[in-house]
Amino acid sequence: MRTYIIKRLLLCIPTLFGITLVTFLIIQLAPGSPVEMRLRALAGAGMGEEVTAEIIEQTKKLYGLDKPVLFNTTAFREKGIGGLFDARYWIWLRKVALLDFGDSYKDHRKVSEKILERVPVTLQLSVISIFLVYLFAIPIGVYSSVYHESGSDKVLTLLLFVLYSLPSFWVATMLIIFLGGGEYLNIFPIYGLSSEGAENMGAWAWLLDRLWHLVLPVGCLAYGSLAVISRYCRVGMLDTLRQDYIRTARAKGLSEKIVIFKHAFRNSLIPIVTLLGMLLPALLGGSIIIESIFSIPGMGQLAFEAILSRDYPVVMGIATISAILTLLGILLADILYAVVDPRISYE
Amino acid sequence: MKQGYWHIVWRQFRKRRLAVAGLYLIVLLFLVAILAPFIAGNKPILIWSDDGLKTGVFMSDRELRDIVPRARCTIYPPIPYSPTQYDLEERLEPPSGKHLLGTDDRGRDIASRMVHGARISLSVGFVAVSIFVALGIVTGSFAGYYGGWLDALISRIIEVWLCFPTLFLILAALAVLPQSIYIIMVVIGLTGWTGVARLVRGEFLKLRPQDFVAASRAVGAGGGRIMFRHILPNALGPVLVSATFGVAAAILVESALSFLGFGVPPPTPSWGDTLSQARNYMDFAWWLALFPGMAIFVTITAYNLVGEGLRDSIDPRLTQ
Repeated sequence: MRTYIIKRLLLCIPTLFGITLVTFLIIQLAPGSPVEMRLRALAGAGMGEEVTAEIIEQTKKLYGLDKPVLFNTTAFREKGIGGLFDARYWIWLRKVALLDFGDSYKDHRKVSEKILERVPVTLQLSVISIFLVYLFAIPIGVYSSVYHESGSDKVLTLLLFVLYSLPSFWVATMLIIFLGGGEYLNIFPIYGLSSEGAENMGAWAWLLDRLWHLVLPVGCLAYGSLAVISRYCRVGMLDTLRQDYIRTARAKGLSEKIVIFKHAFRNSLIPIVTLLGMLLPALLGGSIIIESIFSIPGMGQLAFEAILSRDYPVVMGIATISAILTLLGILLADILYAVVDPRISYE
Repeated sequence: MKQGYWHIVWRQFRKRRLAVAGLYLIVLLFLVAILAPFIAGNKPILIWSDDGLKTGVFMSDRELRDIVPRARCTIYPPIPYSPTQYDLEERLEPPSGKHLLGTDDRGRDIASRMVHGARISLSVGFVAVSIFVALGIVTGSFAGYYGGWLDALISRIIEVWLCFPTLFLILAALAVLPQSIYIIMVVIGLTGWTGVARLVRGEFLKLRPQDFVAASRAVGAGGGRIMFRHILPNALGPVLVSATFGVAAAILVESALSFLGFGVPPPTPSWGDTLSQARNYMDFAWWLALFPGMAIFVTITAYNLVGEGLRDSIDPRLTQ
């Protein structure tokens, strides 16, 4: 097992390299840069052309944008092979290898710091919604497989199908319009995670206020995965219930309860447990759409803002971290497979 | 009677009422998209004048100004508003007899924008999926058939591609590229091909050692012929299922992009764009959210229903 994990971790390195390279090229090769954005701001301020040209050079140097993106051919001719890699991507990569994602273009704060302060916010949302998803999805899946083809199974299946096809940004917008104040009901807050003056509340009031703010965004995050996972659970259970050993268990006179919960359920859990591994990137990555609709200052919102303002170091930092999490999630899923299913081994 | 594979699939598919309903819905949506100028627009469908009967839909404004006053009779579309025509006197009107689904913040008729928006959504779905199916089939076939270093390379690329945070990458690409519907189609197409490629590759790995492949090689068929005429047809069923779900996903991504302001450039009517307007008038403008969201939801559901129906129909365990 240990050799397997080490091998897999080593295989992640070229994949990560590929991901960062492609992302880097996409955002850096495009026309329009932070320098041009600054220029536009200065042109608005009525600066002369000579002054702006000078400032562009300075800004480029400051951000390291005076060097080529991938290969520095000028330096290559002068200094040989070492000069070739005196380019933006390799400089960035060298720093990342030392866990330094650079500084944000926008406020010159450390990218890692900016990301770390968003993590707790996103974690609150994702942990609660994943907990709720599994809490409801598994009973729903088991129920509708046990009562396969019954009226309630059909209704549940259709309902889950509808939930699965509902775009979350639509549901979120509708909920805000009808439940978030305005001309209709005013039940839930629609901005951020706390009311104004929440710092002065008592612990209980603060917690209630926070939970109250979380209802809509968590609901919107959760219902889609709820549909997916309970469908998985239902199909898995149906598959297991068709197996011979279930018939044997029934034939030897075990009660239906024991057949379902002890013999069938535990085996049908295998695919569900491994889905947990896939959730890792979602756990920290947050949701761009939901966080920006509800103005929640999490990772998703940071990602969206960074893209809007072309804050390259932040964009690259988030892309790299989410790629690492995805790779670890896949690895975790494979390991969980072997843990929950003794028939699988990686020796 | 000879029964082909697709004949059996179709017979299975027809038994599933919800899937058939989804198929009808898709046909209906395509009709709406194709006939959009005849359903909603400010140009007359029929003009009866001395020149005989003509349609005004394809005429320029100048031609219309010339011919309409002379006409004996003109028939306008059921929704007589253009999707891009401003009417600042009637901004943000709720649904009424005049504007069936209300108007947006520039006084444009929502019903008309919904009808014309179908063109954007359906064409983005169709083109993006065509791109990724083509890409997936080619890469998957080559990887599965030739194996070796080519397979290793393509599998590696697929693995890299799977680890991208898709929406994030699409947004980052669209933020730096010029705004255009074609670029959206290509970007969505480029992000989705890995699923099809893995599917086709798997099918090729399974079928390549079989006798019929050896037989066609024995009679002298070349690699291309064996790949695309003999092996590929066996993999088309699962590919079609994956493509159908892919269309639903592509339409969802397009409308999410428009919702976030990265979609089709204005003034082109798109469902996601109208829905995003609702964000500025969240106090009251429910019609700005309800109708476009409904359109997106119904379209996605229709494709998902057909996809599920197809998946069940090609499942060999059920065909017996």
